[in-house]
Amino acid sequence: MEEKRTIRFEVLRFRPEQDEEPVWQTYDVPCRPDWVVLDAINYIKDEIDPTLSHRWSCRMGVCGSCGMMVNGTPKLTCSAFVRDYPDPIRVAPLSNFPIVRDLVVDLESFIEKLERVKPWIIRRAEKDPALGEYLQSPEDLSNFKQYSMCINCMLCYAACPVLLHEPEFLGPAALALAFRYNQDSRDEGERQRLGVLNSPEGIWSCSYANECSEVCPKGVDPAAAIQKQKLLGFLQWARVVAPRGGA
Amino acid sequence: MEVIRHDVVLVGGGGAGLRAAIAVAEADPELTVACLSKVYPMRSHTVSAEGGAAAVAREDDSPELHAYDTVRGSDYLADQDAVELFVEEAPIELTRLEHWGCPWSREEDGRIAVRAFGGMSVERTWFAADKTGFHMLHSLFQTSLKYENIVRLDETFVTRLLVEDGRVRGVVALDLRTGSARAVLGRAVVLATGGAGRIFPFTTNAAIKTGDGMALAYRAGVPLKDMEFVQYHPTGLPGTGILITEASRGEGGVLLNANGERYLERYVPNKMELGPRDMLARAAILEFQAERGFKGTYGPYVHLDLTHLGEAKIDERLPFVRELAIHYVGIDPVKEPIPVRPVVHYMMGGIDTDGNGATELPGLYAAGECASVSINGANRLGSNSLSECLVFGARAGRAAAAFAREVDDRNEPAVPEQARDEEGRIEALRGKSGGERIVDLRREMTSAMERGCGVFREEDEARHTLQTVAQLKGRYTDLGLEDRSRVFNTEIVSALELGHMLDVAEAVALAALERKESRGSHTRTDFPARDDENFLKHTLVRFAPQGPKLDDKPVTITRWQPEERKY
Ligand SMILES: Cc1cc2nc3c(=O)[nH]c(=O)nc-3n(C[C@H](O)[C@H](O)[C@H](O)COP(=O)(O)OP(=O)(O)OC[C@H]3O[C@@H](n4cnc5c(N)ncnc54)[C@H](O)[C@@H]3O)c2cc1C
Ligand code: FES
Repeated sequence: MEEKRTIRFEVLRFRPEQDEEPVWQTYDVPCRPDWVVLDAINYIKDEIDPTLSHRWSCRMGVCGSCGMMVNGTPKLTCSAFVRDYPDPIRVAPLSNFPIVRDLVVDLESFIEKLERVKPWIIRRAEKDPALGEYLQSPEDLSNFKQYSMCINCMLCYAACPVLLHEPEFLGPAALALAFRYNQDSRDEGERQRLGVLNSPEGIWSCSYANECSEVCPKGVDPAAAIQKQKLLGFLQWARVVAPRGGA
Repeated sequence: MEVIRHDVVLVGGGGAGLRAAIAVAEADPELTVACLSKVYPMRSHTVSAEGGAAAVAREDDSPELHAYDTVRGSDYLADQDAVELFVEEAPIELTRLEHWGCPWSREEDGRIAVRAFGGMSVERTWFAADKTGFHMLHSLFQTSLKYENIVRLDETFVTRLLVEDGRVRGVVALDLRTGSARAVLGRAVVLATGGAGRIFPFTTNAAIKTGDGMALAYRAGVPLKDMEFVQYHPTGLPGTGILITEASRGEGGVLLNANGERYLERYVPNKMELGPRDMLARAAILEFQAERGFKGTYGPYVHLDLTHLGEAKIDERLPFVRELAIHYVGIDPVKEPIPVRPVVHYMMGGIDTDGNGATELPGLYAAGECASVSINGANRLGSNSLSECLVFGARAGRAAAAFAREVDDRNEPAVPEQARDEEGRIEALRGKSGGERIVDLRREMTSAMERGCGVFREEDEARHTLQTVAQLKGRYTDLGLEDRSRVFNTEIVSALELGHMLDVAEAVALAALERKESRGSHTRTDFPARDDENFLKHTLVRFAPQGPKLDDKPVTITRWQPEERKY
């Protein structure tokens, strides 16, 4: 077995019942060379300090639980390898969210934003499943597939410069999901999403910094989704709203 | 203590739970359903499922054939009436999910595509590339948001069922945000809490799969069924246990030993890589015993070779496999074979239910991996489980809604006291002094389970494991906890989960000890043959204060008489 190496971890702690503000705490962790940052955090929790709180579950980069700031960058800690970082490794809760405790942040605002963009198939008339599937060609599928890959890990929210100043901004993940449904050949709900997408918290707040797409661990490219939606939104607004407004 | 009341209380926000929630919501818009989950629903373990979901889709297939494959795969321990319901309703349920936006992979003509899977005699596994569970779960979660009568209580950990006068009355749960216990009362309760792979040291399962719902039902007097049947998946990554989906074999991948042989020739010559999982897992262990495995840091392994599929097909059909292999073992499957070994994957056993998810306890229902209906018997076929979550999640939801509409008896004077007792039990854990550490007990439990309840089992080891687990339960009472705070105290959660796992582990060990035959995933080296005369029956384990008690129950056979299971 390869040698373990002791790595220093500086972890941001915040226990609302006792701490006025977050403080850094240092742990020395004997790490295997193939460990991810999450392995080290779990080691701390199990062996050194059971009072440390964090979220994790799948440890394979798909449940979206384990996002944290690692040396200042939002990362899935189950896919961030300790060998890729210089000593010490600094781990903090995701930026742009209130801290609940230690590495756990408050995600309620995201859940509300998600609901607001109506991320479900909207049809004028529903088809009975006994009558079979809606046909959808591989090309139709590829129109939205990429944007359906979001695991809601919130790395893009932690990276977004707009959210830093405008916490009401719907944000990259929710907007990319709205676009995903708008692009789905089975969906007829584009009009119903128009209002919220064009609202002050919607697509027009995005400054196209592209940080979201750079940190996305699943290649979703929310920045592109927002830009495309802006174009579509504009065309649609011109088509749907403008003529009526002018009549 | 806060008391909330809803018509139906649902525990679990995975595939089965969300499907059940929508079924209740649609059954009657007047009913409200509280959906409690210890993690945000889209974090549930269903998200990790890769390969696909089975349902008849093509002209060369039929419900009878799907049923027969399932029954044969189960080594004749499945209840055939349940299997018949399952195969009839699976296609409708998967189509419904298509209507709800699931991005199933497609044929050129726009129809759903299907792929081959182990133990299935024709192609009938629907898939969304190799992230099927992820797409199913997010489609369900996002769809569930449109129902106003689904009230979610996220990050709420259920610790006890409230029972009075022979009926379930609700649950007690710990709100992780505040650290307070609350009683959530309802006329029907549905458990959809998933599996328990974490009772073993090496598993594909996420950290949250700790058998909570099984333990909750068991403690409330409902028996656990067929717990000895633990599925090992033949292809997990050494070290982490991360799954490499069976779809990689469905798409043409082959297994090779250290001599470069397709060793399955010796074990399942007619099915080879598409043989059922129990047989493939045993084959790998036998290769290791014969010194024909590769040797690695984390023990012996074999190779899963996909290189001949080519980059284009791998990227279209198995992109996640490629991502996982590159990431976690540094191997690009386009260029090199992937190291794999058998790994604990799935619990065939669970809470004993009928085809509507109903348990022995009136008002209590269960569905998904925590339940044993049983369509899986002694060995589940890959891709049946996601479909099972939908079919039986929906059935349990509808049955719970009907039950909640029928009964309206709020005469439950003992419930508040039970709830306060439970609050006291949780409070006593906070910063509790004691000499034992969670991590030590967990480690000893998992290694005992691997020794006595692994792929190959025998009397003495199984007995030893049972005794070890019983001792660990004793030591559990002396657990020491350091975290005294309330807000997001995950140490308390770990302690409660460990308690649940010990109950489940004990049931598994007892059932494994007492089934003195080999059937499906349960292989006794001291009883190598299947014994229909004495053991064509379900094992039941019942809770008793002095230790678990064994019981049994007949298997329902409708059309397919047991025959030798050969592939
Ligand atoms: C890696 C992997 C790949 C798989 N691939 C496939 C596949 O391709 N095809 C297939 O058919 N099957 C597959 N399976 C099996 C299948 O994914 C699972 O059996 C199925 O998803 C289980 O779903 P569930 O809804 O029963 O439970 P889960 O998805 O595990 O959900 C359980 C829910 O219960 C909640 N919960 C648990 N305990 C508590 C508690 N105490 N209080 C409150 N809430 C609680 C959790 O928060 C969660 O929301 C795979 C399994 C694994 C491990
Ligand atoms: S633990 Fe699931 S994404 Fe990291």
